[in-house]
Amino acid sequence: MLELKDICYTRDNKKILSHINLKIDTNRFIAITGPNGSGKSTLAKIIMGINKPDTGVVLFNGKDITNMSIDERANIGIGFAFQQPVKFKGITVYDLLKIATKKDLTKKEACEVLSKVGLCANEYIDREINASLSGGELKRIEIATVALRKTKLTIFDEPEAGIDLWSFTNLIDIFENIREIVKGTTLVISHQERILDIADKIILLKNGKIVQEGNSREILNANFTFNKKCHKLKEIEGDRKNAKKIYKQTR
Amino acid sequence: MPKKYINKLDEDLLNKISNIENIRIGAYNIRKNGQGIERKVTENINIVTKKDNPGIDIYIKENTKNETVHIPVILTDEGLNDLVYNDFYIGKNASVTIIAGCGIHNDYHMNSQHDGIHRFFLEENAQVKYIEKHYGEGNGNGKRILNPVTEVYLKKGSFMEMDSTQIKGVDSTIRKTIGTLEEDTNFIISEKIMTSGKQVAKTIFDVKLNGSNSKTHVVSRSVATDNSKQHFKSIIYGNSKCYARSECDAIIKDNAKVTAIPKITANNIDANLVHEAAIGKIAGEQLIKLMTLGLTEKQAEEEIIKGFLN
Repeated sequence: MLELKDICYTRDNKKILSHINLKIDTNRFIAITGPNGSGKSTLAKIIMGINKPDTGVVLFNGKDITNMSIDERANIGIGFAFQQPVKFKGITVYDLLKIATKKDLTKKEACEVLSKVGLCANEYIDREINASLSGGELKRIEIATVALRKTKLTIFDEPEAGIDLWSFTNLIDIFENIREIVKGTTLVISHQERILDIADKIILLKNGKIVQEGNSREILNANFTFNKKCHKLKEIEGDRKNAKKIYKQTR
Repeated sequence: MPKKYINKLDEDLLNKISNIENIRIGAYNIRKNGQGIERKVTENINIVTKKDNPGIDIYIKENTKNETVHIPVILTDEGLNDLVYNDFYIGKNASVTIIAGCGIHNDYHMNSQHDGIHRFFLEENAQVKYIEKHYGEGNGNGKRILNPVTEVYLKKGSFMEMDSTQIKGVDSTIRKTIGTLEEDTNFIISEKIMTSGKQVAKTIFDVKLNGSNSKTHVVSRSVATDNSKQHFKSIIYGNSKCYARSECDAIIKDNAKVTAIPKITANNIDANLVHEAAIGKIAGEQLIKLMTLGLTEKQAEEEIIKGFLN
């Protein structure tokens, strides 16, 4: 459903993305991972149209969308959850959810989606989306906003960034059930092993290039240290008790 | 006063200030082109025409609860310069909502001007929610000018919340709000202004916190577009143990100009006074966020401004 052909992006004489070729199928959960500065977020923004590639083509369901604006892409079925959710003065959670659906949204419907992302709806529905909300709360509202749009492709740019540990655990729970909340294909930019674990496919980006694609076992095998790998493999196998033991021994 | 004076145009103008049906629920006085044309008093609220000046005195009895007073003004005639003095006397422990405002329709070449001077005298423990809306329309070259003055005197334990809005069509305005606060009082002011074209809006807040534990919170949100100009000045004196916060927040577009001048003076060691002012264009990330939800850039801008001034 999404295809990137030979995408290059250079800024300030630095090659941020170099000849990216990528195909993503329908109804898949894809994670893009890699070190800081590897170009993950830039790639996500190029798909949404926030950044324009210097060269290359973006195809969405076979249609060339390279020169489409952000809103045009949004209207053909691409959604985007920001790494740092944007704050507004005067716009409430309910207002934003109504804008997202572009139709009359009842408070009941809005509350339902907020509950799905773990927010006590009545406490949040009329609150302004401003700095009075914590990072974790803003992230959940961001997820609710994109979830309501029911887009064919939803991109999450580092959902774990900027939130406290307590909120993080709850956020992971949401992603473990993401298929119940977000429809279609999910593309997540993440460093988090627990998010990588639940992905159908992981794409590893380094220095602006795709260096590996595979499932979590393959990626971990190739990229983690032996001890950490033992721990992770045990965890993947479901042997969490042993995994913890091994992990403790290796520390 | 017969109701026959209110035509369709008047009704539309009144609806911009407050729904005409709502106006007629409680006590009210409608002024059109410099004259009172419709009035209703209630058991607890009396409205009396002034003898020395144009305008009315509004008397609200002690312990009056949850009643409303509407005093809208409309101008539809050419070249009118309407000056009016309205005084509100709010009895002890009363709790009321007062809705005022002026709608000008000017299709002519001469200016239309309304200068409303409103004074509020709140007795002990009285509570007032005051809503003021200003609106202008019409296709003539004549300017629509509004210069409201609001003076508020709060006695011990009283509370006043003032919401003033000027969203459209006023060419020139100088808005002055003065507050004098005794002990344990609270004066909350929220102002929203939008200017366009060559409009000019000047706002002055002057609040004196004289009593112990007096508080004020002044919030001004404004949007200036085209070649319009706005000037915001907030003067607060902390003369006792008190708390004050003044916030000016403006969105600027095109060639508009906005000036914010804070002046806070602490005349007492226990005075706690804060001023914040921010002027800037709409943040690009806000536009992008709403565009990722399917809005065009123009629609996104409209939503951001609507929310900001809501």
